[in-house]
Amino acid sequence: MERPLRLVTRSPVEELARTLEALLVVASQPLTAEDLAVAADDDVSRVEEALALLAERFAEGRSGIVVEHVAGGYAFRASRAAAEACARLFERPVERGLSQAALETLAVIAYLGPCSRPDVARIRGVAADSVVAGLVERGLISESGRDEGGAVRYRTTPLFERVFGLESLSALPRLDDLGGTADEIRDRLEALAERRPA
Amino acid sequence: MHVRELELDLDAFEGPFDLLLTLVLREELEPRDVDVADVVVTFVERLAGREQLDLDACGEFLVLVGALLELKARELFPEEQVELADLDPEEAAEELARRLEEFRRIKEAAGWLLQRLEAEDDRYFRLGPAPLVPRAEPKIAPQQPEALATALRGLAAEPPAVSLAHMGLRFPPVVQFLERFRALLRRRRRFDFEQEAAGLSRIEQAVAFLALLELRRAGEIRIEQAGPFTPIRVHQEGTRPDTEEGDSQWNVRSA
Repeated sequence: MERPLRLVTRSPVEELARTLEALLVVASQPLTAEDLAVAADDDVSRVEEALALLAERFAEGRSGIVVEHVAGGYAFRASRAAAEACARLFERPVERGLSQAALETLAVIAYLGPCSRPDVARIRGVAADSVVAGLVERGLISESGRDEGGAVRYRTTPLFERVFGLESLSALPRLDDLGGTADEIRDRLEALAERRPA
Repeated sequence: MHVRELELDLDAFEGPFDLLLTLVLREELEPRDVDVADVVVTFVERLAGREQLDLDACGEFLVLVGALLELKARELFPEEQVELADLDPEEAAEELARRLEEFRRIKEAAGWLLQRLEAEDDRYFRLGPAPLVPRAEPKIAPQQPEALATALRGLAAEPPAVSLAHMGLRFPPVVQFLERFRALLRRRRRFDFEQEAAGLSRIEQAVAFLALLELRRAGEIRIEQAGPFTPIRVHQEGTRPDTEEGDSQWNVRSA
């Protein structure tokens, strides 16, 4: 029996998209457009075109799998609608039970990093050794060279960006945007200094 | 209510809070001599005496006491002391304010991270092999202790003694057959083994055969057998085997 004529031929981008789909489903960390281009043996601009196609297809509300741009690359994740089901089966050892001290230390390293444990201790006013070790163990920070004094410096990992849903560290809000009372404290202390009897 | 005018009565200092801070900043009073807890208690008592909570005053007090505490804390660390001692009081206050501000910003950043974490709570993704949630312990239906006791009693009972009777092989001593065959040979010089063994049990036949081999080893007898499974004829050593015709019946018929 003769097959019916295909009037619409599959576009090459569609084929590329399938390859990217396969790469993303195997990956356990975000892949950059460059990574994908190398693996798919194609050029980056066409990979980006294909990724746009995937983003449209694997979108919230349309699919149980969602493609997201995170930590400088592209990755599949479960749709938010499936979160409850996922929670019944899967543990989240990286983000579960992060203490206030851990979050503050993460903030210092994310904003001011790479920085050393003494740097963190100076800003937070308490020793940071165990907190830093805990964050390293979770994979949220990693060693990044040494400072002039020889202390190990740390910076946040791609996993940090992924867990917090950031495309990159530059997606962190500016510290100045976080609140506006810093100057007031300064003013008060200055006013106080001025009040001193001569 | 003005925090700066809060009257203090401490061991090391007596006067308004404002003056205390000034003296500390001018290094005319050692921060380590100032009992900060006492200052806090005085303030809280003053606060409790009012009908309304003065949030402005609380905030101001917290900032000032925070600065004071930090000064005191730094005083306790020698290497930091040098750093701050190099600064004049205004600069020290400025430095403290800068550090407080830096820490406050980091605290706000940490708060933002926490919000972010909560907002991203429903994003699940693969991290290598996804670790499985530990399985919940299966619920066990309520149990009767008596049932357990019964079950244990059954286990605790002495098991029935196992009979080893089947393992004991009873057979007559070889020597019994040795003597019997020797006696026979004294009378007849030769005999047919099968005839002698007829009517014995399997075990007895085996023992009788062993006795035969024993005699052969000792050189007391000679054994003849025409072929496999044919009758075994036993001669006393020293006698010649029969070659008569009639003897062929041993070999063939009784096989």
